[in-house]
Amino acid sequence: MIGIVNYGSGNIYAISNIYKRLNIDHFISDDTKELRKASHLILPGVGAFDETMRILYNTGLKTFLDEMVLGEKKPIMGICVGMQLLAEGSEEGILEGFGWIKGTVKKIDASKLKEKPYLPHLGWNTVELKYQHPIFTDIEHDRGFYFLHSYYYDCHSTDDILGTTDYGNAFSSAVHHQNVFGMQFHPEKSHQNGINIFRNFSNI
Amino acid sequence: MLRPRIIPCLLVRNKGLVKTIKFKDGKYVGDPLNAVKIFNEKEVDELILLDIDATAENREPDFELIRNIAIESRMPLCYGGGVKTVEHAKKIISLGAEKVAISSVALENPGIITEMAQAVGTQSVIVVIDVKTKSFFGKQEVVSHNATKSTGLSPVEFSKQCEAAGAGEIVINSVDHDGVMDGYDLRLIKEIRQAVSLPLTIIGGASSLDDLSDLISKFGVIGAAAGSLFVFKGKYKAVLINYPNAIEKRQVLRNAGVNC
Repeated sequence: MIGIVNYGSGNIYAISNIYKRLNIDHFISDDTKELRKASHLILPGVGAFDETMRILYNTGLKTFLDEMVLGEKKPIMGICVGMQLLAEGSEEGILEGFGWIKGTVKKIDASKLKEKPYLPHLGWNTVELKYQHPIFTDIEHDRGFYFLHSYYYDCHSTDDILGTTDYGNAFSSAVHHQNVFGMQFHPEKSHQNGINIFRNFSNI
Repeated sequence: MLRPRIIPCLLVRNKGLVKTIKFKDGKYVGDPLNAVKIFNEKEVDELILLDIDATAENREPDFELIRNIAIESRMPLCYGGGVKTVEHAKKIISLGAEKVAISSVALENPGIITEMAQAVGTQSVIVVIDVKTKSFFGKQEVVSHNATKSTGLSPVEFSKQCEAAGAGEIVINSVDHDGVMDGYDLRLIKEIRQAVSLPLTIIGGASSLDDLSDLISKFGVIGAAAGSLFVFKGKYKAVLINYPNAIEKRQVLRNAGVNC
């Protein structure tokens, strides 16, 4: 049973719609009692780092998710800003992130880009896997994934980088450490490749 | 490698889809949800949905419609039309659109771009700039309210203002080329591309996949958007929602010199 953490982020309904089509049990909730029943958790995200993190602190979801992820070792997947929250902090804000995967969120260095446009990194780009992992099963890599962001996850340990994407420099677009997964792109808006990511996650 | 985007732009009027010519004479072309389902199957890069009457009729965005479309959409969605306040922007993003487009309110108060960017993230705030040729001599200006209000602003100067205020993308919508299918206004795009470094999306004039290739070959990573091209088929303009398949799309990019 997939629990989609609802803290006001917009893309939750598109995610739930995909699971509905896949016929995979799931629910959307902001209630820790409900979310505790989930076997897998999804942390969506659209917006700014601090604004998002503040909601998680204020609602008690921060403490709860720490317990689920560090204590009970439930698989969790962060998406876009939800992925960036997995880091220890962000240049975009002052609040602390979850810190489950060591690293900080930094602004993309646009000076490394040869041509306009610079920021945000917007559109379809490819993910180059550092190693094969079941969460990327059945992915047509040349079709790519949809990105929309100006900040990226600077992983402290290269072991935690699952995939990279080239935009000026190669940045970590998919991260993985034990039961924690993060995707910088929007799988819920990446057509079949994205649907497959959600399906694969449910099988982990 | 980041790819140029090929984007259908749908216009909403009275909950139905229409296609205009020079921002007038909206012809009914179908149901928005049905079109979204078709575009899902065709795996489109992104979708722009503009409610063309909301501002002119001075009403709020149709949140119920946006919710229904966003839930159904498996591609990135940009909604515009009647968005006036930070609260509107937050609500539209919370309903599941990736981007919210503003137009007339940014002309009245460019500071709203900054406020919205702080609330929903700079990457999600899009300014649609409607451009019309003002005079016989070809001078172009920014217009609003379905091209009924003139502003006297230069598109290049206003684009720079939007970038400085924190917009995440600029959509250039050419009134003169709307529905005419005579090719994009490449000269205007060149001026704006030189002036700002933001992502750009261009609407107005595309008549064929070759026009998309032409735009991409000149400007590289850009959003090539079209209305008529993706809702009409053939010289009699029969209504048919369409979009290049994966092979055709790759050909569009290759014809533009993109290595893919």
